[in-house]
Amino acid sequence: MTIQTYLDAGRLALAEEMRRDPNVWAVGEDLGRGGVFGQYRGLVEEFGNARISDAPISEAAIMGVAVGAAMMGTRPVVEMRFADFALCAMDELVNQAAKARFMFGGQARVPLVVREPMGMWRSSAAQHSQSLETWYAHVPGLVVVCPSTPADNKGLLKASIRCDDPVVYLEHKNLWGMEGEVPDDPDFVLPFGVARMVREGSDITIVSWSNQVHIAAEAAAVLADEGISVELIDLRTLWPWDKAAVLASVRKTGRLLVTHEAVAVAGFGAEVAATVAEHGSTSLRAPVRRLGAPRAPIAYAPPAEDAIRVTAAMTAAVVREMVKPQQAAQKGGN
Amino acid sequence: MNLGNTDIERLRAHHRMMWRIRALEQAALQGLADKLVLGAIHPSIGQEAVASGVIACLKAEDLLLSTHRGHGHTLAKGASSEAMIRELLGREGGTCGGKGGSMHIADFGVGMLGANGVVSANIVIAAGAAHAIKLRGENRVVACFFGDGATNRGPFLEGLNWAAVFKLPVLFICEDNGYAATTRTSTMTAGGGPGVRARAIGVETEVVDGNDVIAVEEAARRLIGDIRAGYGPRFLHAHTWRTTGHTGADPATYRDAAEVEAKKEADPLKRVHEALMVAGVSASELQADHDQAVREMTLAYEAAKAAPFPPANVSFTDVQDIGSPLLGAF
Repeated sequence: MTIQTYLDAGRLALAEEMRRDPNVWAVGEDLGRGGVFGQYRGLVEEFGNARISDAPISEAAIMGVAVGAAMMGTRPVVEMRFADFALCAMDELVNQAAKARFMFGGQARVPLVVREPMGMWRSSAAQHSQSLETWYAHVPGLVVVCPSTPADNKGLLKASIRCDDPVVYLEHKNLWGMEGEVPDDPDFVLPFGVARMVREGSDITIVSWSNQVHIAAEAAAVLADEGISVELIDLRTLWPWDKAAVLASVRKTGRLLVTHEAVAVAGFGAEVAATVAEHGSTSLRAPVRRLGAPRAPIAYAPPAEDAIRVTAAMTAAVVREMVKPQQAAQKGGN
Repeated sequence: MNLGNTDIERLRAHHRMMWRIRALEQAALQGLADKLVLGAIHPSIGQEAVASGVIACLKAEDLLLSTHRGHGHTLAKGASSEAMIRELLGREGGTCGGKGGSMHIADFGVGMLGANGVVSANIVIAAGAAHAIKLRGENRVVACFFGDGATNRGPFLEGLNWAAVFKLPVLFICEDNGYAATTRTSTMTAGGGPGVRARAIGVETEVVDGNDVIAVEEAARRLIGDIRAGYGPRFLHAHTWRTTGHTGADPATYRDAAEVEAKKEADPLKRVHEALMVAGVSASELQADHDQAVREMTLAYEAAKAAPFPPANVSFTDVQDIGSPLLGAF
């Protein structure tokens, strides 16, 4: 184990995969100078500018070129700079990358990874802050990954690069500097669709992913002091997602709160909630709840930006609403 | 048509290929009339010289990307006519197993990396295929066909710029039939047209009469020679005319009747036929080329009609390796 930042864990994972497989290459704007956040720092010196390739500000071309190059058997890692900018490349990702294998009857494979730094980060405003992960979960053919820790940013990025299908890889900008223990094994590859048990508990299940996991963990720590035992699950990947882990947890706790940074309306939390309603409702002791952002663009000014955040305090408050009445009733009954 | 140095056999080969393309399109239209071709088709009747002339310059290992109007390119690159028509009918044994249809025909075995249902989308993918060729140091060329309408979409600019910046081995071929779907392209396009735009990006361009198969082939051979020599992408702007409407179901009544009549004289097959007659090839030999093409496509159509649909569960194969597409899957 080595202590690394989330950013470095991804950077070093890419370097290891590029050493391992000469077909892996990365392409995006400013990669030759290390990328906009430094995720590619030092890589052009080792691998040269053909494999750490600069690109014009042409998102459709970056993505489309990656599709063509992937169909030819190379394994491009596409940097979109901000998840918001990937919207300029939606035809290439949704109509082309996600469908080529299927519509050509299995003749094509598109083993590309699209890195899309997501989420709210330091007054980045409406076009540099969005969390759009649920869009991709809706598209057949795409794998959707949302790592929340340095270790996961290594193990999941490696899994994504080794995956033979297109992967949308959403790193959260707020996590770049987060430090944590990262396994040294160059073959530390995490499976898709296996959630991480962040903490075990018995009163309520909280399901989250990406940066929101850490906010939920803050809430869980506060609640523990109050005698409420939270089981916190980090989904890690939204497609495929670990339904079995969520249902098993809800069977145990009888309560479910899903929380994410993205807009609540039609967010992936709705999918988790609906799945539990369909397959786990007999275990429920309280109605399922969701916490996500209001359906408003993200503002620049800090108080306005903060107005749409799902905070630890809000999370704890909802958990209390869900747990306390019944705990109180149980205690009253004793 | 000036035969020049081109030998008669080469022109005869074009005559055969162009008739095969036209006969395949006619079989597809018959399939549409018989309600066996289920989705939209975009016939390339009238544009056969561009497909035949360019693709005659490609080698087996070279690659092709095409458009919604891609039957001719695909056949010329070497795809099986029967597999193509099976695909149009959505049958087993189609090029994509019946999962793609006309607009997604692909045959990777002959280097045909896909038609495309989205105008201009294949331009950046072609640049990507060429980028992979360059990364690997291979000596292959990518031919990327698109229509005049594609030059008004962003990927045209992005893809040409990319190919030029990275000096990629791509030949871009604009088949300019004057219409973007049912709209006269000139009414919706500023500036001097496809070639002017390509040159502005620094991509050397030739403009050619796309109904003159020899002119197309000679231009394509020069441009592909440059590409193989490592000079980067080249652009061929071929003026042509589609005899049918935008789709097989479009009567194209928006076109001027006099123009339609005048274009009949410019039919590329008529011109090849006349040139071969002048060169001394007999009418019966030329008729035999036609008959053989029609026979091939008739047999292919009959075989396709007899073929079964794929089983319903092909909807759930080749979606992705991980995560079942089935509702309620765990």
